[in-house]
Amino acid sequence: MDTHFIILLGCVLAVLLIATLAAQLLKRRAPPGDLTIQNLTARINAWWVMVAVIALAFAFGTAGVVILFALCSFAALREFLTLTNTRAADHWALVAAVFIVLPLQYVAVGMGWYGFYSILIPVYAFLFMPILSALRGQSENFLIRVSEAQWALMIAVFCVSHVPALLSLNIPGYEGKNLFLIFFLIVVVQSSDVLQYVWGKLIGRRKIAPNLSPSKTLEGLVGGVLSASVLGAALFWITPFTIMQAFGLSLVITLMGFFGGLVMSAIKRDRGVKDWGHLIAGHGGFIDRLDSVIFSAPIFFHIVRFYWDVH
Amino acid sequence: MIAARAAAALIVGFARAITAVRGIWQGVAPVPGQRIYFANHNSHGDFVLVWTVLPRALRRRTRPVAGADYWLTSRLKSFIGRDVFNAVLIDRNPDTRAADPVTQMSNALTAGDSLILFPEGTRNTGDQRLLPFKSGLFHLAAQNPDIDMVPVWIENLNRVMPKGAHVPIPLICTVTFGAPIRLEGDDKATFLRRAEAALTALAPIEKA
Repeated sequence: MDTHFIILLGCVLAVLLIATLAAQLLKRRAPPGDLTIQNLTARINAWWVMVAVIALAFAFGTAGVVILFALCSFAALREFLTLTNTRAADHWALVAAVFIVLPLQYVAVGMGWYGFYSILIPVYAFLFMPILSALRGQSENFLIRVSEAQWALMIAVFCVSHVPALLSLNIPGYEGKNLFLIFFLIVVVQSSDVLQYVWGKLIGRRKIAPNLSPSKTLEGLVGGVLSASVLGAALFWITPFTIMQAFGLSLVITLMGFFGGLVMSAIKRDRGVKDWGHLIAGHGGFIDRLDSVIFSAPIFFHIVRFYWDVH
Repeated sequence: MIAARAAAALIVGFARAITAVRGIWQGVAPVPGQRIYFANHNSHGDFVLVWTVLPRALRRRTRPVAGADYWLTSRLKSFIGRDVFNAVLIDRNPDTRAADPVTQMSNALTAGDSLILFPEGTRNTGDQRLLPFKSGLFHLAAQNPDIDMVPVWIENLNRVMPKGAHVPIPLICTVTFGAPIRLEGDDKATFLRRAEAALTALAPIEKA
């Protein structure tokens, strides 16, 4: 277990080191003040920080991972709510969402209480938040306000919390190794994002949804998803899956990640913003970096739970 | 003194945790120099946000202008207003006040400090973007013609903490600093209109 972690951490650091060196080389060739290179450098630096934070959380085990993703949810919820149409009448519903539902969800995830965390938001929060809003008696845009607040919780809290929830799966012969599932999910989905970008830049021609995201191309999608899935297959030895299963699951989560990015772009377009936030230099906000993980996490969780978990 | 410093760090940290506030320096740079920052006013936390995004060196010499009738009504409020933020506290009631507010503000400027003030005079809790400015800004400009007046738009704080709410909801706020204006021989009404326009120009376009 520990040797596996050291090997994987070594690989991640090697990739980052190569990326950093490559960016330095490009910087020397490019004209000074080139914006693309500046953004690339900022992105790579942010990756160093993100890897350090994730490694630190992993070192603290379940509690560390649960707290890390709870903080990510908080930041994502803050970004999402900023773009919604909520009114003063929704104040108590939103206070409850942030300060009661979010902590409860993560406590339940930390306890591994599947029966509670899988229904807290879609059943209880979704029914009680509109009740709190309705009590204030403002009907204008009611359905819009309620739906937006609910979807904010769904995206920023419910979906994100399925990453640490992977720790509570009970897979025979895989006891004590569940952190690798999180590693697998994050590495495959995030490298798919990077590889889609690279393939798109190299051979991208046919745009998939020019109105939503002009940089997404069919060539980038196919190249990125396939190469990230090959990477996922190569990581089979840290998972409970066979090579083919690891490849298939990677295909599913990278496709979900792609569509997640597309959906989140549509929301940004609708609200007229370029990024969800500004907290991660070069990447934008937390949702900008997490969007693909957000959509793939619950699906990955449930497939693994259905076929591998004893419950 | 140490208590005030610690309280300031705590308040700024809390403001950051809830609002992830970001300063956008659109018309001026965050460099040292004496200024009068004038901002829209929706919440008691407005000057905290402006203060939070100022660089540390500027913060120490920047004093908010606030109503004594609010900030001296309890020991906690007067600790925050007077000791933590070193506010220039003015009496907004013309019948009871001992000192002229514009003189008080000018004294602070003469001492070398910068000011944060809210020319609407009171919190705007309605649907209009901005309430009409009080004339204090004009008199201040007339008495201190060599000091830049910087418009500052605070976005979203009214949603974080609507009137009557005691628990904030976390939303991202921005504080946008525009190009400075000065009194260029215009009369009171013209100057106030110009100042209002400079401030509303910084507000994001409202979506239907």
